[in-house]
Amino acid sequence: MSERKIGVYTCGGCGIADALDMDQLEAAAKEQKAGFCKSHDCLCSDEGVALIAADVAAGEVTHPIVAACSPRVMEDKFRFDGVETIRANLREMVVWSHPANDEDTQMLGDDQVRMAIAQAKKSMPPEPWTEGAFSETVLVVGGGYVGLTAALEAAAAGHQAILVERSDALGGMSAKWSKVMPHLPPYRDPQENPVAGLIAKVEASDKITVMTDTIVTKTNGMPGKFEVELTRAGTPSAETVGAIVVATGWRPYDATKLGHLGYGASPDVVTNVELEGLLGDGPVARKSDGKAVKTVAFVQCAGSRDPAHLPYCSSVCCGTSIKHAIQMVDADPEVMAYIIFDELRTPGTAEEFYRSAQEKGVIFVKGKVEKVDGDLTVTYHDALLGDDIPMAGLDMVVLATGMVPNSTNVEAPALELEDEKLVPLKDDINPAAPIAVAGYKEGVDAPEAPARPEPSMPEGAPILNLQYRQGPHIPMLADGFADSHYICFPYETRRSGIYTCGPVRRPMDMGEAGQDAAGAVLKAIQAIRNVKQGKGLHPRSGDLSYPKIDLNACTKCRRCTVECPFGAIDEREDDYPQVNPSRCRRCGTCMGACPVRTISFDNYSVAMINDMAKAVEIPDEFDEKPRVLILACRNDAYPALDMAGIQRETYSAMVRVIPVRCLGSVSMLNASDALSTGYDGVILMGCKSGDDYQCHFVKGSGLATERMGKIEETLKSMMLEKERVQTMEVSIADSKKVGKLIDDFVATIDEIGLNPFKGF
Amino acid sequence: MPNGGPNSQAILVVGGGIAGISAAVETAEAGYDVILLESSPVLGGRVSRLNRYFPKLCHPTCGLEINYQRIRGNPRLKMFTMATVAGVSGEKGNYTVTVKTTPRHVNAKCTACGDCAAAATSEVPDASNYGLTTKKAAYLPHEHAFPMRYVIDPSVIGTPEADAIKAACKYDAVDLDETEQTFDVTVGAIIWATGWRPYDAKNLTAYSYELPDVINNVEMERLAAHDGPTDGKILRPSNGEEAKRVALIQCAGSRDHNHLAYCSRICCLASLKHAAYVREQYADADVDIYYIDIRAHDKLEAFHQKLKNDPQVTFHKSKPAAIVEGPDGRPVVKGEDTVTRDVYARDYDLVVLATGMEPSTAGFDLPVTLSQDDYGFIVPHVEDTDGMFSAGVAQGPLDVSMSVQSATAAALKAIQAVDGA
Repeated sequence: MSERKIGVYTCGGCGIADALDMDQLEAAAKEQKAGFCKSHDCLCSDEGVALIAADVAAGEVTHPIVAACSPRVMEDKFRFDGVETIRANLREMVVWSHPANDEDTQMLGDDQVRMAIAQAKKSMPPEPWTEGAFSETVLVVGGGYVGLTAALEAAAAGHQAILVERSDALGGMSAKWSKVMPHLPPYRDPQENPVAGLIAKVEASDKITVMTDTIVTKTNGMPGKFEVELTRAGTPSAETVGAIVVATGWRPYDATKLGHLGYGASPDVVTNVELEGLLGDGPVARKSDGKAVKTVAFVQCAGSRDPAHLPYCSSVCCGTSIKHAIQMVDADPEVMAYIIFDELRTPGTAEEFYRSAQEKGVIFVKGKVEKVDGDLTVTYHDALLGDDIPMAGLDMVVLATGMVPNSTNVEAPALELEDEKLVPLKDDINPAAPIAVAGYKEGVDAPEAPARPEPSMPEGAPILNLQYRQGPHIPMLADGFADSHYICFPYETRRSGIYTCGPVRRPMDMGEAGQDAAGAVLKAIQAIRNVKQGKGLHPRSGDLSYPKIDLNACTKCRRCTVECPFGAIDEREDDYPQVNPSRCRRCGTCMGACPVRTISFDNYSVAMINDMAKAVEIPDEFDEKPRVLILACRNDAYPALDMAGIQRETYSAMVRVIPVRCLGSVSMLNASDALSTGYDGVILMGCKSGDDYQCHFVKGSGLATERMGKIEETLKSMMLEKERVQTMEVSIADSKKVGKLIDDFVATIDEIGLNPFKGF
Repeated sequence: MPNGGPNSQAILVVGGGIAGISAAVETAEAGYDVILLESSPVLGGRVSRLNRYFPKLCHPTCGLEINYQRIRGNPRLKMFTMATVAGVSGEKGNYTVTVKTTPRHVNAKCTACGDCAAAATSEVPDASNYGLTTKKAAYLPHEHAFPMRYVIDPSVIGTPEADAIKAACKYDAVDLDETEQTFDVTVGAIIWATGWRPYDAKNLTAYSYELPDVINNVEMERLAAHDGPTDGKILRPSNGEEAKRVALIQCAGSRDHNHLAYCSRICCLASLKHAAYVREQYADADVDIYYIDIRAHDKLEAFHQKLKNDPQVTFHKSKPAAIVEGPDGRPVVKGEDTVTRDVYARDYDLVVLATGMEPSTAGFDLPVTLSQDDYGFIVPHVEDTDGMFSAGVAQGPLDVSMSVQSATAAALKAIQAVDGA
């Protein structure tokens, strides 16, 4: 870039000029050596925008500073090609949240301008990382219904696909199904199984390469350039792919663990999967003697919703038993089918399927099955009678067993891993953990959440065998499913460019899983198309910056490689960190992790944040005006502060706010440096941490809390009180609380007194 | 050709709730031009009016904030609010869509300074609080409004108040003469993400929705919301007292042939969440949940189990027969327990009807023929023939995560349609 030209444009609109002395803002800008400062009474008007645009076009300014409203509004109006617009928030965070024409409000406004100039002096235009060749091929792992669908969807979007299946044939579990649940109106009758048709389409596609008897034995690289080793019958081959869709599906819960439900005691106690093999056009012949089954009982939740087996609901078993009962009754109207259930779960339009079964004479019995005997007597607990009721005379008992995700390949042995490599895994890989459930505050007698066992390593071999510092597995969270933790972004993966879908992610039926496959493929091709332009993936979509490490200063402590929430940083053979730019999601957690502060982004750097903090004018101790630095997460805390302004909530004018990408990007040194330069307190404001964390970079606020937990000693050595640094959990909905939190903190500072370092 | 090349037409997304936003953003980030239409003045739809999501009890505005950042940062995505589809002609790959906009009476010059609201004197029902409160006739829909632009209620147009509002605006942003407009856009595929409305509880005559302390589940979300009518305190609408004895009535309309024949999927979890809201606020609260089946699918079962462990939350397997007004005006829930066969009549501070989701398209003449089921849901074709897709609750009763999944899938189908057309 040629010469940096910083120009400040102050806006007097929306009450800014009524509350602040605009000349004084200009003086602050000049004193910080801005090239010029221009004022307008409405910068977002056509005329105001034209004023800036003309300066940009004339080459007068490379870093226009718009000192006006929040960066959360008018972004499109103040975007000018070829220059980086910097915003100083004078409206929401100054005049809307502080008294007009007040000395402290003015000082706050002046400092907003100073901080923006400091930012403009250090911000560099990001150079996108686009080195080498990028692949557009999608690798799909798993050749069942979901994998077949994913491969076809990728091909239909114009991409080559490689479909890998560990068994010798395509089709997976779903190939076994006689018929499937209805997903289309009128939702009443079992439908034809689509899998054979999908296999034929896949085999006919010139865009899809099918590899059966094949597993993925190594995955290296990053989105756009994953290098995978595919091993077929012991022979490895190498492929380069752009993104990976994992559709490894599920396996039925091991029925041999269900002895109390009669499994093994009689050949006529079968699982729902085994029943599929017995269903045909005619009546079902039972295994023991070939006799046509006339009475059958379906035992729901056989293993599911049972803390001794699967704590979760497998979602599909109610619908599957209904399908089976309908198929049996349709084939032989004399069949008496009983479905014994605790809660019958046919959500959405599946209710119509339930109703259809009732109309066909299937009998639904509310009760919890206690045991099934070898003579096929089913004993269930009837809550109405408060008694155990035997149901005898059955020809067959079907156990509605649930789904276990294939988050690993249990047909292959687990890898031996060194202990050191296991350390970072515990956050990501905990197949034993149920989902974290939020709710209830302190002071309320909260009921016990379902027990959470100690983290454990999964059984079986990793699906992709990632050659990542953070281990070979795809992260698996709740109950061992390879799912993300997010409601609003179900594809927000912790391993960029790798998307799971179907029942490996969550128990789901084929109707939903087919859509899930399409969704995962969309994310895969989106990743492929963006990383080759050097663009970051969700949630900082399109961000061209990426972390740069000055290895001359690096001490090889490896903290960045361990703390990255996305496993983006590996270790080189010489122990220096190696950033894989297209795996990076641009949160800056590595920057906050680095103890020697040698990791920065072009437009978000250690020096920039430091200089912004230092640009604030710290009044001397006789002024009795404390200064508190707030490092606020852009996604939740900063908008909450903004909305406090929109609601005209007021709070102390002693605070100075610097937005950060994530609290994970904040180091303990940000706090201690601020205190050593005269700030009286520091607040780290981010979202909720803990098991039910809300951070969209997984663990930012958790890391901040952990890091600041260690600051006490540093403060002690500086002879400072620990109350001067506080991590606050603020949600985006705290617009009416955040002001009080700030005021309470400033009151605490007033109590303990100003920082004795002031003036040094 | 892939990648939204010169031959690819733009993709239209109808509806700016969570499904439409997701479909639009995912499509645009895959490299395509997108036009997003929203009928109300702001994006966010139903979820933006929820207090929190189950089971994490996190705030929907958090994810919306990220999505709004993605929209603001992506020049390929154009959005129009107060805009609906008036007509569609053409075919897959080349549709001409007539868009109709209703007047906001505030133009793009609006800075959201709020001077118009200060000048307004009359009050109108606050749609963002489901009419539980009123607001000024010149208003910002809510604090998280996107776009952040004021609206002038049509009821004041032609009055001296409107002139005063216009006079108060320093930025020439008030346009009292704005009229309904139509314009055409050319697109290659259309994603219908038209969402849902709460089933009208007035149809459930036995449940006395007209009593002040009988509310529906979306109103309960507003009572619990920090920017709702009670600043987040769960209070009895009749007298403002704390609502500590609360009944939650499942399947209020759903799974009932006289109302909604299907299961609305989300209401069980929503009520479990409401039980948690009440218990969070009042340590001595008692919550009763009346249900047919608790449908806490997959891992959400853990949320169900946690609430079942709470001795102050009681589950009654029963569909109540009636809700009546008690002698002191309190609602009384009457019925028979299916398990114990006990006949009960219990009075409460507050009764919440877990009303289901009815597709916005039900009973509504769409401007184009789509494949709809008997309930009005727009169901997917087995094979795409027309470049028309549905996402979110327009497609069926889905929760938020499933809506986003379906929206992401619809984004893929739409780009396949425009690339292949």
